[in-house]
Amino acid sequence: MNFTNSDVKISIQDVYKSFGNNHVLRGAFLEIKKGESMVVIGGSGTGKSVLIKCVIGLLKPEKGEIYIDGQEVASLKEGDLNEIRKKFGMLFQWGALFDSMRVWENVSFGLRQHTRLKDTEIKDIVIEKLKLVGLRNVENLMPSELSGGMRKRVSLARAIAMEPEILLYDEPTTGLDPIMADVINELIIHLREKIKVTSIAITHDMVSAYKIADRIAMLYKGEIIEVGTPEGIRNSKNEIVQQFIQGRAEGPITREQ
Amino acid sequence: MLRLLEIIGTKFLKLVEESGRVAILFLKTLLWIFRPPLNLRNILAQIEEVGINSIPVILITGAFTGMVLALQSYTGFKRFGAETFVGTVVALSITRELGPVLSGLMVSGRVGSAMAAELGTMQVTEQIDALYTLATNPIKYLIVPRFLATTIVMPILTVFADIIGIIGGYMVSVYILGSNPTIYERRTWDFLKLNDIYSGILKATVFGMIIAIVSCYQGFNTEGGASGVGRATTKAVVLSSLMILIANYFITALMF
Repeated sequence: MNFTNSDVKISIQDVYKSFGNNHVLRGAFLEIKKGESMVVIGGSGTGKSVLIKCVIGLLKPEKGEIYIDGQEVASLKEGDLNEIRKKFGMLFQWGALFDSMRVWENVSFGLRQHTRLKDTEIKDIVIEKLKLVGLRNVENLMPSELSGGMRKRVSLARAIAMEPEILLYDEPTTGLDPIMADVINELIIHLREKIKVTSIAITHDMVSAYKIADRIAMLYKGEIIEVGTPEGIRNSKNEIVQQFIQGRAEGPITREQ
Repeated sequence: MLRLLEIIGTKFLKLVEESGRVAILFLKTLLWIFRPPLNLRNILAQIEEVGINSIPVILITGAFTGMVLALQSYTGFKRFGAETFVGTVVALSITRELGPVLSGLMVSGRVGSAMAAELGTMQVTEQIDALYTLATNPIKYLIVPRFLATTIVMPILTVFADIIGIIGGYMVSVYILGSNPTIYERRTWDFLKLNDIYSGILKATVFGMIIAIVSCYQGFNTEGGASGVGRATTKAVVLSSLMILIANYFITALMF
């Protein structure tokens, strides 16, 4: 095992997770290098969300290990997990903004919980992060007043407010029109270059996957069946991968899994 | 027959399991209360929501309960010439029993449902997961303030209900039924012991804890979108009301 290798930021080793009789992850292996943008593709309901929720400790795997910077996290208790989570930022599929709070309160949530910064400093950081995601003069709006694309961008601003080392994107482009989806793609690339984060994105949007990925991993039946560069995946000899990336109804992937 | 036993058995196991989970949530909440810092701003906001905004409901409930108690016990007591004891009955019933129980039921309907719906919505829209990812424990951030607020506020609301209930009984007795105010007053205070009031307040405190924990538990365990939120809300009110009535009997039996 090469999880001690300092180049590896996140290492997922033989992870199993099931819900009742539904065995979602059945021995998933994946390693993500420092500063790398990994995209996990796979059909709806194949456990992509479950995989990243295991990485950030929202779900506990039944078996297997997950290492963040060489530290095993799957067996940690809630209190220690909280410390690890400070390394993370996560963009949820529908934003998951706190709907009882204004935009600036959402973005500054982590700062207000975990730092002793003054209000004026917090305000400056909020404005800076919102600018980074391309938003201006929205600080005092409520989440309900925002469009879908704006919500996602505010959520992204909230995820990067604490300057995390790792960003997790849960279907970053789902539910957006193609232009807004591309705006989010550009933002993800921009963030990677600007703040040098390691990231895992899960998606079934292949346009987005090719655009933002350094490497792509395909999850099928609870296992990672192939990992490669976007070019490598495009030329994959695996029939399952080919069927998925071309979006064909006919092929080895059947509807029920 | 076997099938019937199986169904009963599964239901029973589920009930035991769920009770266990509620108890675990209760213990976790207690632990988080003693881990500083306490979020005073959230607690005060909840006290306003649970306490101050419940005052009108509690006052109306208390007043009419006292009034109807006076009417009913007057009718009964008159039959054997004991109508001067209406004041005693009103005071004892309200402080020992009806004040805390009816306040509890009203608060579970008004506040328990709101808590379950709010937390349930947060659950299904992943806002609770988002709290975890922001390295914030949702029990500490969401449940502890609600638990403390409800536990602190319920006894206070009950005292309000007691006072207004006794006043309501007095008004009906003196102004409608024509009782002698001096005798009524004396009958009220002569037999009322501090212990009666304490036992009511103790009940109210327990009811406050029940409402908060049951409703927050339902909210946190909501599944399946808008209809799930609806189910969680209903369950929160029904279960906390039932638990209040059950707990009420056992506390009374213990303190008898």
